[in-house]
Order: sequence, then C-alpha cells, then structure tokens
Amino acid sequence: MVEPAVDLTHGHPHDDHAHHGPEGWKKYLWSTDHKVIAMQYMFTGMFMALVGGFMAYVFRMQLAFPGINVPGFGMVSMGEYNALVTNHGTIMIFWVAMPVLLAAFGNFLIPLMVGADDMVFPKINRLSFQVFFVSTIVILASLVVEGGGFAGAWTAYPPLSANETYNLTPLGSTLWVIGVGLEFVAFLLGGINFITTLMNSRAPGMRAFDVPLVVWMIVVASILFMLSVGPLLAGAIMLIFDQTLGTGFFNPATGGDPILWQHLFWFFGHPEVYVVLLPAMGVVIEIIATFSRKKVFGYRIVIFTVVATGVLSFFVWAHHQFIAGIDPRMANIFTITTLLISVPIAELCFVYIATLYGGSIRLTTPMLWALAFVAEFLIGGVTGIFLGAAGADIYFHDTYFVLAHFHYTFFPIAIIGTYAAFTYWFPKMFGKMMDERLGKWHFWLTIIPFNMIFIPLFVLGMGGQHRRISNYSGFSELARDGFQDIRVFATISLLIMLAAQFIFFYNCYKTWRSGPKAPRNPWKANSLEWTTESPPPHGNWHPDEMPVVYRGPYEFSVPDRIDDYWPQNEPPQRDS
Amino acid sequence: MRPIATTRAATGIATGKLAVWWVLASEVVIFGGLLASYVMFRLGHPEWADAAAVTNTTIGAVNTFVLLTSSLTAVLAHQAAERGDGPKAARYLYFTIMGAATFLGIKTYEWWYEISHGYTITSNGFWAFYYSAAGLHAFHVIAGAVIMAFVARDAAKNLELHRVELIGIYWHFVDIVWIFLFPLLYIAK
Repeated sequence: MVEPAVDLTHGHPHDDHAHHGPEGWKKYLWSTDHKVIAMQYMFTGMFMALVGGFMAYVFRMQLAFPGINVPGFGMVSMGEYNALVTNHGTIMIFWVAMPVLLAAFGNFLIPLMVGADDMVFPKINRLSFQVFFVSTIVILASLVVEGGGFAGAWTAYPPLSANETYNLTPLGSTLWVIGVGLEFVAFLLGGINFITTLMNSRAPGMRAFDVPLVVWMIVVASILFMLSVGPLLAGAIMLIFDQTLGTGFFNPATGGDPILWQHLFWFFGHPEVYVVLLPAMGVVIEIIATFSRKKVFGYRIVIFTVVATGVLSFFVWAHHQFIAGIDPRMANIFTITTLLISVPIAELCFVYIATLYGGSIRLTTPMLWALAFVAEFLIGGVTGIFLGAAGADIYFHDTYFVLAHFHYTFFPIAIIGTYAAFTYWFPKMFGKMMDERLGKWHFWLTIIPFNMIFIPLFVLGMGGQHRRISNYSGFSELARDGFQDIRVFATISLLIMLAAQFIFFYNCYKTWRSGPKAPRNPWKANSLEWTTESPPPHGNWHPDEMPVVYRGPYEFSVPDRIDDYWPQNEPPQRDS
Repeated sequence: MRPIATTRAATGIATGKLAVWWVLASEVVIFGGLLASYVMFRLGHPEWADAAAVTNTTIGAVNTFVLLTSSLTAVLAHQAAERGDGPKAARYLYFTIMGAATFLGIKTYEWWYEISHGYTITSNGFWAFYYSAAGLHAFHVIAGAVIMAFVARDAAKNLELHRVELIGIYWHFVDIVWIFLFPLLYIAK
C-alpha cells in the first residue's frame, strides 16, 4: 500500500538519480508528498531570498557611495535603483516570507502535527507549487525584459503603475502584476488545502484545542489571506486592463480614481502583515515552550487573541493612506483601530514572556532565534504606534522611519522566524543535527548587524530623510555629512550581515556531509511530528503506527512523571 | 492510492464539500471587491446612468431566466445522484451545460451589438466595469461548464457521484453572482 519512502535528506535526490536514472528526478518533480512540496517551496523561497538580498546590497551600496561602480552589478541608474527597491520589496514579501513561512512550513508541519499522512488534496497541493513556480519565473523575467523591471514601488500605486508613459516599463509592469496575481492563486490553492486538512484530517482523539499553536496560526493566516486577497485580485484585473487595454479604472480623466487602488491594495496589504506574522509567532511559541520545558501560558487565550487580531486586521488598512487625501474623520477612526490592534499583539508577547517565566530555559540555537524574534519584533511593534497615529504619521510618512519600522517587523518575521523554524525542525526535515557552535556564531553575526543597519535608519527618518531618493548628494539639506556617515554605517553593517549568512550555508553543507544522525525526538518535544522517524517516510507514519492523540501538545514538566515531557500520542498509564 | 487524510472527516462534513465552500468564500471576496468598487463609483458618478440606459434589460432578464433554469437542472441532477441514478444525473448536468452555452451565446450577441455600436471597454468607467464584471462572471460560467462536463462524463458511468453535488454548489454560486450583476448593470438606470 505504501510506496517506497521518498528520502528527503539533502543529498539523497542525487543518490536516487544515480540509482534510478531520470526516474528519480521525475518522481521528485511530480511528487505529491507534502514534505517534498514543502522542500520545493523552501528552496525556491531561499533562492529568491538570495535574489532579494543581492538587490538590497546593490541599492545600499549606491546610497552609501553614490555613483559607485557596484561590484557584481555596475553603475546604478535612477531607473534601475527604483526597479531594485520595488522588486526587493515584492520578492521579499511574496516570494520569500510567504513561500517559506506559510507554504513551506505549513506544508511540512500541518499533516505531521495533526497526524495525517498527507494533505487532503495532494494533487492540488502540487498544482499550488507549480503555479507558484511559474509566478517565480514571471517575476524574474520581468526584471530582464525590454525597459527593465517595474519601478513603481511594491505598492504599485497608479497612475505610475497604470500608464506606461509614466513608468516607462510597459512589459515589466504588466509582468509584475501577472506574477503577483499568479502567486496569489498559488496561495489560495494551498490555503484551501491547509484549512480543510486541519478541519477534517486530524488524528483520532485530537480535538480543536489539542492542535499545536503553530498549526492554528498558519491556518488562521491562510483564512486571513483568502478573505483579504480577493479585492486585490479584482484590483489586479483592473490594473492589467488599465495597462494593456487602456481602460480608466484608476484614471480620474475617465471617471476613475487612483485612490481606489490604494484601498484595494491595503485592504489586502495590512492583513498580509498578519498573514506572515502569525506563522512566525506560532513557530516561536512552539520553540519557547519546548526549550523552557513549560506548558504554554494561556493556550486558549492565544487562539482567541489570534482570531481577534485577524478580525481587527481588516479594519486598519487606511493608516497607510493618511496623506492620500482621505477624510480626516476617517483618519481618526483608523487611528483608533490601528492602536487597538497593538493590544492583542502585545498580549501575545506577554504570553510568550509568561511562558518563559520560571521555566528551565535551554539556550539552543532555535531558542536564541525565538527569543530574538520577540525582542526585535517588539521594537517593530512599538515604532508602529507612531505610524498608526495620524498626527505623527503625517510627519513620518515616506521617511526612513517607516522603512526602519517595517524592517523591524518583517525581518523578525521573514528571516528570524525562518531561521528559528529551520534550525528547530531541521533534524526532522533532513534527519541530521546541525552544528550548534556555528549556529550561534551565525545567530549573533546576523542579529547584531541587523540592529546596526536599522536603528540608524530610524535616526535618518526622524531627521526627515525621504526614502525614495537614490542619490542624496543632489539635495544639499539631506546630504549633510552626519546623515551620509549614518548611511555608510548602515551599508557596512548590511555587508557584514550578508557575509554572515555564509556561516549558515556552510553549517548546512557541513551537517549534510558529516552531521550526526538525528533521533526521532531530539528536543524532547510533545507534538506528533516528533513521534515518527527523522526524516519521516512517505505517508509520515507506517500505516499501523498512525498516531492517536490523548492530550494537548504542551504537557511539559507534569508533576509525578519521570520524563519532563509527555508526547501527545502516549496512551495514559492504566496503573496510575 | 488515496491518502488516509482524504478519507477522514473530523468535522462530519465531507472534505470535498468543505473545500468547495472555502473556494466560494474566496470567490465571494473577489466579486465583492469588484462590485463594491463599482457601487462606490456609481454613487459618485450619477452621469453613468446615461451609459447604463443603453444596456438591454430584456436580454439581461432572458439571460437571468436561462441561468436560473440551469440551476434548477443542477438541483435535479443532485437529486438523481442522491438516488444513485448516475446516468440520469448526467443527463440533467448536460441540460445545465446547455443552459450555460445558451447564456454565453446570448451574451456574445449582446456584446457584439454593443461593441458594434461603439460602446467598448474603454468608452467610460461604466463600460469598463460592465465588461470586466460580466466578463469575469462569464469566465466562471465557462470554467463551471467545463468541470461539469467532466463530472457528467463520470456520473454517466455511476462514478464519483458525490461530485454532482459539489459542482452544483459551485453552479448556484455562479448563478447568485449574476443575480447581483443583473440589477447593478441592467436595472439601475
């Protein structure tokens, strides 16, 4: 009944290749196994992270040393600068944060954590990745077509995005919209799978409140995505028609309205923040519970808080538009809702700290990443208060303060959250233990330069530095020496941080070559994925070992037990 | 081989049905965004009524009748499938597909007439929404009819009869979207 195991160890596809000829590769490409699809999403996402990181390197070099011949790229023209920042944002959010956090870990974790052998619709799952892969090719192609990549910022406001005589990238901007639209379709397909798998395919005995929080959060994120992306898909259709057919949905001359796009975009764009935040938050709470050997503080409260956050996130979008000429009374309402949404998120942070309190904390590499997530995201959240209040935002709008703020939210989400999840589940995914010493070097050499990049940018923003300028030497009041020194400092910090990522790649390589084999449950955690082999076979468990659940996932340090953990599938002892 | 996951139903609702409802939820927000944008514009532009006056309410009403009738045969197909009568369910589904084809045929004539009289998608805001919203709906009609053909082919052999209900649910949704489009684009002059 069960097909031969698909071995997910990093190097094994190559071995399969050697043994079975093209058959092995074909099997890998057309696999419907959720673990294989998770890997495909992860490696595509990581490749795109390299692309996006390279873009950051190029435009930061231009900012620090205007007119320099950037090694590996060359001179950066103003048009290229705009295309680089636009696609850096687009790629990092839609092709890195979403595929890695939501799709890769969602695919890998949901069936394993709910005790199922696969997603409920394996073929739709595969289709989801295939559509995503096409979208990746489209967005990469948009960078090299005639006229260059789209350069109207990742928010794509019309009229700049809608009219080729303004943006000068007739092909690039249309391909950009098509790429983003296809990416949305891919995640809609994946999201339906995630939601129905959690709802219907839980292991016998697993009630709704026995589901690990990371699964809850990924599924709530999928629902948020599904409910927010629709209007933007409609908007994308309108934008493509404006670009190619010459309709005037966003053109006031024909009765349209450019502000409509801003509403459609941010109605999606703000829930999107929570779409990527929630999976990261879920990953972090799993790690914190495991490495402080304590039950999660207020498990149900966390779920209710997450749902409340999701509902609220649909009523905050216009805080991105305070200077777009919206009615000041509306700005007041959106200020209130925006400040309200900081309450549940702050509550989550307190829950995480309360879970740590009194625990026996182990500072492993994943735990360091998880703790760093809480600390760094806190800075992102607190600076968000200034931008959520219309009074302050009008001054900060489009300055480096905004940029530093959202990098303090998105970097913890997309990079810190990913490294936390990757280092925590690496033994399960690849069956080997990573090197802790290299992991910690990598951690510190990423976290310290990260703060050295973005704290100075807060200072620049408060100094009134506008964020869409490629060469400040043309603006005497913005190019004062002090400001330029800060920019150089931030760029050098970025170079250090990018260089530190090679430690990570070396660690992966070294682990793959000679890492010790991982046991089933290296961290002594409770959830179901740790009860199977590392890596899990095709079908996740052998058919006669499919797990049955008896308790929630966070029964750590239960009194009167010898072990300080209590796997979800361990039958209760009859004699006690 | 069918994965174990697909055969479980912790909620008591069949997985396929659950998924169709989630698909519809995502579709509702797509059409919702488009129609909400249209309504906001329409309220701000009373002069669009002049363009709306050109649309042919009679043809729109006939098409509404055709689409509603096709939904009725979809229900009858579901009934037949419940009784286990696959060939009969398939026949009713073919009726529904014919309804879809009639709808699209009438739509084609209507659009041809309007375009040949100079009312194209670029004429003004109303026509842009008119063609985009009805076009997106027509795309869903085509997609539904194609899927229905596959379902009917299997149902005729008494295979996968539960799918008859699933495509029926989707077809009612396509119908309901039109119930919103018809007054918004035709009746509101």
